[in-house]
Amino acid sequence: MVTALKTDIELVAHLMRRAAFGLPAYRFERLAEQRYEDLVEDLLDVESKQRPEEDLLERFLSEHADEENNAMTAARWYFRMINSERVLEEKVALFWHNRFATGVAKSNVNLMMWAHMEMLRDHGMGNFRTLLQKLSRDPATIWWLDQQTNHKGAINENYGRELLELFSMGRGNYTEDDVQAAATAFTGWTLDQSIPRYPNGWWDFSFVYREDDHDHAEKTFLGRSGDLNGDDIIDEVVKNEATARFVADNLYRYFVSDEPDEAEVKVLMKVYFESDYEIKPMLRHIFNSDSFKKATYEKVRWPVDHVVNIVNTTGRHTDPYEGGLKKLAVASALMGQRLLDPPSVEGWHTGREWIDSSFLIERVNFAANMLGDTNTPGMRTIIGRISTGKTSITADELIDSCLYELGCVEISSKTKDILLEESNLPAGIQIDDGFGDKVTQMIELIVASREYQLG
Amino acid sequence: MTTASKQTRSSDPVFVVVQLSGGNDFMNTVIPYGDPFYYDFRKTVGVAEENVLSIDDQFGFHPALTPLKKIWDSGDLAIIPGIGYPVPDRSHFRSMDIWHTAEPTKIIAEGWLGRVVRELDPGKTNVCTGVSFGQGLPRAMYLMGTPAISVGQLEEYGLLTSLAGERQRKALNAFQRMYVPEEIDEASMVMNHIGQTGIDAMTGADMLAIAPERYSSTIEYGEDALSQSLKGIAQVHLADLGTRVFYAQLPGFDTHGAQIATQSRLLENLSNSVTDFFDDLKEHDAADNVVMMVFTEFGRRIRDNGNGTDHGSGGGAFLIGNRVNGGMYAEFPSLDPAEHLSGDLKFNNDFRSLYSTILDDWFGIEPAPVVNGTFEKFTGMIQPVEA
Repeated sequence: MVTALKTDIELVAHLMRRAAFGLPAYRFERLAEQRYEDLVEDLLDVESKQRPEEDLLERFLSEHADEENNAMTAARWYFRMINSERVLEEKVALFWHNRFATGVAKSNVNLMMWAHMEMLRDHGMGNFRTLLQKLSRDPATIWWLDQQTNHKGAINENYGRELLELFSMGRGNYTEDDVQAAATAFTGWTLDQSIPRYPNGWWDFSFVYREDDHDHAEKTFLGRSGDLNGDDIIDEVVKNEATARFVADNLYRYFVSDEPDEAEVKVLMKVYFESDYEIKPMLRHIFNSDSFKKATYEKVRWPVDHVVNIVNTTGRHTDPYEGGLKKLAVASALMGQRLLDPPSVEGWHTGREWIDSSFLIERVNFAANMLGDTNTPGMRTIIGRISTGKTSITADELIDSCLYELGCVEISSKTKDILLEESNLPAGIQIDDGFGDKVTQMIELIVASREYQLG
Repeated sequence: MTTASKQTRSSDPVFVVVQLSGGNDFMNTVIPYGDPFYYDFRKTVGVAEENVLSIDDQFGFHPALTPLKKIWDSGDLAIIPGIGYPVPDRSHFRSMDIWHTAEPTKIIAEGWLGRVVRELDPGKTNVCTGVSFGQGLPRAMYLMGTPAISVGQLEEYGLLTSLAGERQRKALNAFQRMYVPEEIDEASMVMNHIGQTGIDAMTGADMLAIAPERYSSTIEYGEDALSQSLKGIAQVHLADLGTRVFYAQLPGFDTHGAQIATQSRLLENLSNSVTDFFDDLKEHDAADNVVMMVFTEFGRRIRDNGNGTDHGSGGGAFLIGNRVNGGMYAEFPSLDPAEHLSGDLKFNNDFRSLYSTILDDWFGIEPAPVVNGTFEKFTGMIQPVEA
């Protein structure tokens, strides 16, 4: 693709907001030297890259040794999202965390939730059939949906129902008899507990299949009859068109737009079947599609995106010795997204439901507070880049520079006029000792805008 | 004392909801201790007869509810046992949604209290008509186009609070101008929503800021989240900002295990904070136009599981206030195994009957459009405020 450099940069910024968590210009500018398609491939190629070694968090900050604390477990995840070379893996894990919404609220075992998230990282970009097989064997999911109480002769249909209703086909595509058949096929899929390492320690859960508790009776599921087991159910589910639509529609909404697009969803369903249920080719198709490239700022930014984007701009929390990660977990919780603890198995209410008066106030206050500090590495860099080699700049230039440095933020001309008037800056702003403060003041106004809530 | 005096304060009916999330075990809240079946089914999480705070020879309160029992004794607490909806759903999420939307058969996003706020203030003249305390606006108060203020901590509630002086003033001016919604345009529905929310948030924050400033009281609330929420509600109510619907939440009732300790702690928390709240209002002569509903999404199984209780149906609710005629409304569902509904108490009161009573007798709002149907009211439960 040969386009003017500026267009390229905006597209890179967009890709980094959607396939990653958003970066300031000083961190993505150099990426514009590569072809767009190569950037996409680089993001998709997670296998050749490392996950961060966050054991240093525990070694140097004793608070991180508290593995049983929800906010600390979420804080570890924030460290990953900020620092993992496999950033798309984190973005996709967050996607599945919302779609397969499993939480810590019921079990109170954060280590189990962490293991659940590792499973979503390992398989989230892989094959959807494998993903459902792993999900059905995942201790946190089993506990969350009472699958351990699903016995031969006494079924608990919770997991069977949610697998069909919320994790794949969706309501209206199966009958109540299918739900019963699915639940019966998963009888005997349960949990085993190890003896804890320490007195009163955590009882490690693992998946176990108990043959003697499995109901081998003849079942009929979506028209297939026989002595069906859980994996047979999954086989039938993944080849169903409703499942293809579920995966396609949800990926589109997450990565492209809060508003679905039937034609694009149809194409994605085709990719799903052609690749035998692989997620990565669907992602490749999305990022390379024109509809994706055109969909800049068409989504209300998720609280987690908002927080990580802002932290990335400040350049903070890039080394494991810096304390205070927990504050990030608390911040997104106050904005309506408590990681590892979704409000229900339906996941979070996204789109415009991310904005209520309290959540909006938290978003604006967090952004202004973090980015209003001239002493973070990121803001020092940004102030330097705006001022280097100049003796003065105009107010208009200052606004444009700030928008660019924050990651090609787009605002309406009306908003820009308001910023110009309310900042009340002189026509020529001197580059002097007080200049950094003028930059952060302008940035405070920008991040308080409506436009900055979009991503 | 700068609090508005009784003569000047509005006497419009005010409604406070306290949501007990997780499914409070109502059988261990109002305990049918006189029924021998109770001790058959509650072998481990039963409350011994000598500890029950009896209200008659059949029923009594959980021992952690001593303060609430006093409200009962003064005749200001109505008990509604066996409350639920047709085809009980044991999912917390779905069940809570049903209570929030008053719609048991299909999934909708509109909350019943959102509809109430729209009825009370159709012209949207007061953004603080509905105020929720805690983390996140409950779906009950969500209704597109109807403002509802959500507050975490009242004292810290405010926009751009990390800025000071001139810098903050400039930023707030910019904020106010940037958030004014444009003419309604389909393509910018989201921007309009953000704009309206921003303006409401700012107006609400300005209005609410005076509430803690004006407030003084001898009541010392606990440090727990519900006490702080109810303190915030008392502050806003006493500041006479025109708020008619308040919401607060107490989570943690999902007692599959360790029920005895957990539920005792939570009920004590509920009991103390609610009593502090009403004592506070009475101290300011401001309790007369306030009715509180305490509800939970469902009850729990009749038979305990050896350590706790699993999800069931047939929960219970309280209505509390000076204008409430205390008493046990409706029959407690039978514990007789012949009467069980797959191991659950068979609910005998539709929750929409309670909503209809509140709507009609307290707010004077036609119930049918809000609860989407006609449901028999509980007669004599509420004594309306004189016009």
